[in-house]
Amino acid sequence: MRLGLGLVALALLAYPLVLRGAFYERMGADLLLAAIGASAWNIVGGYAGQISVGHAMFFGIGAYAPLLVFTHWQMAPLIGVPGGVIVSLAVAVVVGMPTFRLQGHYFSMATIAVAELIRIVVGNWDAVGAAVGLMGPAVPRTVLDLTFRSAVPYYYIFLAVLAVILGLTFVLENGRAGYYWRAIRASERAARSLGVPVRRYKLFALLLSAGFTSLAGSLYALMVGFIDPESGFGILVSVEMIITAALGGVGTLLGPLLGAAILVPLKTATNSLLGGGGSGLTYILYGGIIVVIARFQPGGLIDLGRRLLVRARGRAGRAEAHAA
Amino acid sequence: MTILQIIAGGLLLGAVYALFSAGLTLIWGMMNVINFAHGEFVMIGMYVAYLVVTYLHGGPLVFGPAAAVVLSLLGVSVYFGLIRHVMRGPMIAQILGTFGLALLLRYLAFWLFGANFKTLPDDLIPGTLNIGGILIGMPQLAAGAVALVLTIGMHLMLTRTAIGSQLLAVSEDREAAMLMGIRPDRMLALAWALSAAGAGIAGAMIATFYYIVPTVGESLALTAFVVVAFGGFGSVPGALIAGLLIGVIQSLSAYVFGPVLKDVVVYALFVGVLWVRPQGLLGKIA
Repeated sequence: MRLGLGLVALALLAYPLVLRGAFYERMGADLLLAAIGASAWNIVGGYAGQISVGHAMFFGIGAYAPLLVFTHWQMAPLIGVPGGVIVSLAVAVVVGMPTFRLQGHYFSMATIAVAELIRIVVGNWDAVGAAVGLMGPAVPRTVLDLTFRSAVPYYYIFLAVLAVILGLTFVLENGRAGYYWRAIRASERAARSLGVPVRRYKLFALLLSAGFTSLAGSLYALMVGFIDPESGFGILVSVEMIITAALGGVGTLLGPLLGAAILVPLKTATNSLLGGGGSGLTYILYGGIIVVIARFQPGGLIDLGRRLLVRARGRAGRAEAHAA
Repeated sequence: MTILQIIAGGLLLGAVYALFSAGLTLIWGMMNVINFAHGEFVMIGMYVAYLVVTYLHGGPLVFGPAAAVVLSLLGVSVYFGLIRHVMRGPMIAQILGTFGLALLLRYLAFWLFGANFKTLPDDLIPGTLNIGGILIGMPQLAAGAVALVLTIGMHLMLTRTAIGSQLLAVSEDREAAMLMGIRPDRMLALAWALSAAGAGIAGAMIATFYYIVPTVGESLALTAFVVVAFGGFGSVPGALIAGLLIGVIQSLSAYVFGPVLKDVVVYALFVGVLWVRPQGLLGKIA
C-alpha cells in the first residue's frame, strides 16, 4: 500500500519531465483538475454517501469569484478565491440544512435544482457577464495573476492541492469522522440509534466537499482564464465529477485519481478523433459507463481490483495447499 | 382578463405536469427509487410525436397511443435491465443508474436528431376557444384535458381496481404480497410501464405546442421533482393538485418576472418548501 502510494506520487511528480510538449502538459493539468474535483465530490458523495448531482454550483461559484474580482476591480484573480469558498460554504448550508433532515433522495433533487437555479440567474445577470461570461487577465501583470503560457506551473499547483485534499481525506477517513461517515452510509437509522450526530457529520462532509470543489473551480478559471454559465454551472460539470469518482471507486482515497487517469485521456482522445461534434458521443459513452457501473460494479474499479485480488489469492492458496 | 388568461394557461400546462409527475411519484412511493431519467421519458414522447407527424403523417390519435406503447416498453426494459438489480442495493447505485440513463437517452437523442429546436405544424389540433374573452388554444386544451383524465384515471386504477390493490400490496410488503400469490416483479414492471407511458403521453401532447429539443427533459424532470416535493411522497392526488399549482405559479412568474426566470421562481420555491415543510405542502410525515 505504502509502496503503491509512493510510486503514484513519483509518477505524478515526474510526468511533466517525461511527457513533454504543450499537448501532454495540458492533459496532465486537466487530469489533476478532474482528480481534485472528483476527490472533493467523493467526500460527501462517496464517504458520507450523500449523492450530489449539482456540485457544479460550487465549482461555478469558485470559478466566477476570481474573474469577478479581476473584471470589476482589476485586482489579482487570486484574491477572489477565498471569497468563492465562503459563498460556496453559505450555499452548501442553504442546501444541506433542510435536506439532511430527510432521506438522501431529497438532497440529490435539491442539489440539481439549486445548480440549475444559479445557472439561469448567472446567465441573465449582466454584472457577472450574463450569457457571455468573464475573462481573466490576458497578459500577466505580476506573478500574482498566475497567468502562465505553459501548463507546467498549473500542473504543480494542482498537484499540491490534490496532495492536500487526499492527505486531509486520509486523516479524516481513519479518524472519528471516517467511522461516522461509513456508519451513516451503511444505515442512517442505525447510525442515529447508536448516537452518531448524523446531520452534523453530513453537513461537515458537504462543507468540506463544497469548499474544495469551489477551489477546483477557481483553479480551472485561473488556468483557462475564461468562464461562462455552461462551463461553470452546467449539469455536465457535475456529471464529470460523479463519473470520475464512480469509475475509480466512490468512497475510496485513490478512486477519483484513478477515474481521472482513465477518463481524461479517453476524453482527450475522443475529442481529437471526432472533433467538436464528438462531444455528444462522449456523453453517450459517459452515460453508458455510469449505467454499467451502477448495474454491475457500484464499487468502481478499485473494488473490482480488490475482489479479483482476493479471488486470485484464494486460488493461489488452494493451489499451494493442493501441491503440499 | 389577462390574469385569468394566464391562470387558465397555467392550469392546462399544470395538468400535464401532474400527469408526468404522477408517474414519478408512483415509482418513488412504490419502491423508493427516484427516476432521474423521467424527464427524458417525456422528451422521448415528444420525439415519438415528431416522428409520427413527420414520417407517418398521423395526428394526435396516432401519436398519443404510439408514445404510450413505446414508452411502456422502454419502462419495462429499464425495470428489468437496471432497476430490478439496483433497487435493493446501495443508494448510490440507484441514483447513478437512473442519472446515467438520463445522460445516455439525452445524448442519444442529441446524436440522432441534432441540437436544433423542432416544432410540429400548428394546425394539428386547430382552433382557439373563446370563453368570455379568455382565449384558449385547442392544442393546450387537448393536452390539459387528456392529462387531467389520465391522471384521475391513474388514481382510480390504483385505489379502485384489483390491479391497483396488488400494486399497493407489493409496495406495502413484498413478502406478504408474494404469499398472497402476487408476483412482485410483474407488478413493479407494470408500475414502470404505467409511469413511463404517462410521461410519454404527456410529452406527445405538449409536443403540439412546445419546442422539441434533446435537453428539454432536464427542466421537465426538475419541474416534476418540485411537483412531487409539493404534493408529498407517493401521492397521485397530491401530484395532481401540486401540478396545477406549479403550472399557475410558473405562468404567473413568467408574466411578472419574464419567461427566463419562471423556472428560477419554481426552483427557489422548492428549496423554500424543503426548509419549512419537508413532507410537502399536502403530504403527511411518513
